[in-house]
Amino acid sequence: MENILGFFLQHREAIFLVILSIFLGIEVISHVPAILHTPLMSGANAIHGVVIIGAIIVMGHAETTGAMILGFLAVVLGTLNVIGGFVVTDRMLEMFKKKK
Amino acid sequence: MNDISQFPYGISILEITYILASVFFIFGLKMLSHPLTARRGNIIAAFGMGLAIIATILFHKRDGEPIGNIPYILVAIIIGTVIGLVIAKRVKMTAMPQLVSFFNGMGGAAAALISMMEFPHVSPDLIAKSGMANGHVLAILLGLMIGTISWAGSMIAFGKLDGWIGDLRVKALKYVNLTIFAVLIGFIVFIMTRNVQASAELTPLIYIMFAVAVIYGVLFVMPIGGADMPVVISLLNSFTGVAAAMGGFLYNNQAMLTGGILVGSAGTILTILMCRAMNRSLLNVIVGVFGGGGQTNISATGSVKEITVFDAAVLLSYSKKVVIVPGYGLAVAQAQHICHELDKLLEEKGVEVKYAIHPVAGRMPGHMNVLLAEADVPYEQLIESDEINPDLTNTDVLVVIGANDVVNPAAEDDPSSPIYGMPIIKARDAKNVIVMKRGMGKGYAAIENMLFYNDKTRMLFGDAKTTLQNLVNEVKSL
Repeated sequence: MENILGFFLQHREAIFLVILSIFLGIEVISHVPAILHTPLMSGANAIHGVVIIGAIIVMGHAETTGAMILGFLAVVLGTLNVIGGFVVTDRMLEMFKKKK
Repeated sequence: MNDISQFPYGISILEITYILASVFFIFGLKMLSHPLTARRGNIIAAFGMGLAIIATILFHKRDGEPIGNIPYILVAIIIGTVIGLVIAKRVKMTAMPQLVSFFNGMGGAAAALISMMEFPHVSPDLIAKSGMANGHVLAILLGLMIGTISWAGSMIAFGKLDGWIGDLRVKALKYVNLTIFAVLIGFIVFIMTRNVQASAELTPLIYIMFAVAVIYGVLFVMPIGGADMPVVISLLNSFTGVAAAMGGFLYNNQAMLTGGILVGSAGTILTILMCRAMNRSLLNVIVGVFGGGGQTNISATGSVKEITVFDAAVLLSYSKKVVIVPGYGLAVAQAQHICHELDKLLEEKGVEVKYAIHPVAGRMPGHMNVLLAEADVPYEQLIESDEINPDLTNTDVLVVIGANDVVNPAAEDDPSSPIYGMPIIKARDAKNVIVMKRGMGKGYAAIENMLFYNDKTRMLFGDAKTTLQNLVNEVKSL
């Protein structure tokens, strides 16, 4: 019990942020028309590419060759997620634009 | 926090940038959910991402150490950018769903790699103080588990949508999966309760756990039918979001935390919305009852009647109202342009042509809208299924092009059918139905479609593009 309470106290800011973000996420995308499901999913897909920041941090502090290689790979994959995600979303939405 | 006194400017700028990035993400998502602002929303989110990346490289410090290896990082980013751009730009519109899945998998893999590299470096002070059972280790292990599942699952989903991986339907798989999941949780508990001086001692366990998570990710997606893939991708998408958030927790990084959780929760809601559009529960999708196992009471009775291209052309040209129901077959055949040509020809002859869009037609919600928009079909001609259904009784001809499950009357008639209850386009209400199909194969849900045996229905077999081309030629020469 003490452990759990200690854990909560130690990470209260993060926990606070997590809970608020959950509600925000729900609020922001409720009432989406079905036609936008795919682009929205794709856009959200690009946003979690934010994991690239972690990859950069890991790579930036890598000391061994092994860590360098893995870090390099992580940055490449993270970039793929970001660039691919945003570009694909844009391509999808470009199609929608013409319909007016 | 003590860094602030040492590096006031850099750290402040970094944190401010992260807040800005989070705001951009939120605005981006919000705008993405409205048709008019969607494209700008995407660009705004991308801008936020760019800011966060640049600021991290320039200003991030860990224990006072700035980011090193910058040339290598830049090379990695350039490589990722080039590959990402080439793939994203080159792939055909029909392959968009698998592309989303592929990129999602990349994010999951990156999250898993981060966890793998961070695990041996958990601070010894922290372990001395609170043992392995601390938030840091938990975040690493969860990031590894969720990221890996998301990666492995996305790759399988990608393979399935691309058509080189089939469905694996074994009843026992459900229990196998539950067991593997329990093993994964067991790993987390085991690692966190070890009494060690340094986390590096347990590193081999991490690799085994990674392997188990890969197996779980594969088996999790294997039994799920192709028609349900969008839901699965959306779910895996939110998984990757959570995995990214674990990284945010690890590095006390607000941008990763908000970005990840935002996607995690928005993705979960989106998944539920998609399930609702198909009138199914998420559990139902995951356990994978769809397709295969479903035994229907109705067996095919009666015979299928064919129609010649000429007769079809005459029928269409002398109708007042025609409704086209596009499906995945249209996308596969890349027949959207020729389809639009046909509808223009008919309109010139005074026929009113509408498209009935089922929310889950194709392999993704909105798939048909994107496809037809590419062919310049005016937006006003695309009607959602709920809206067009009451109108179908005074429709002269309804043309089904490569769609199957979304017009299957079993969804209304047959309580034992796996698609029972799914909203459909009530094709049989129309006065005549022409079905364009490659053969008598079943739809993705692998169930018989009684519409094909209906008295009003005429079949037009062949590749959608060729058939439509022939039809256009006939209509022109009439």
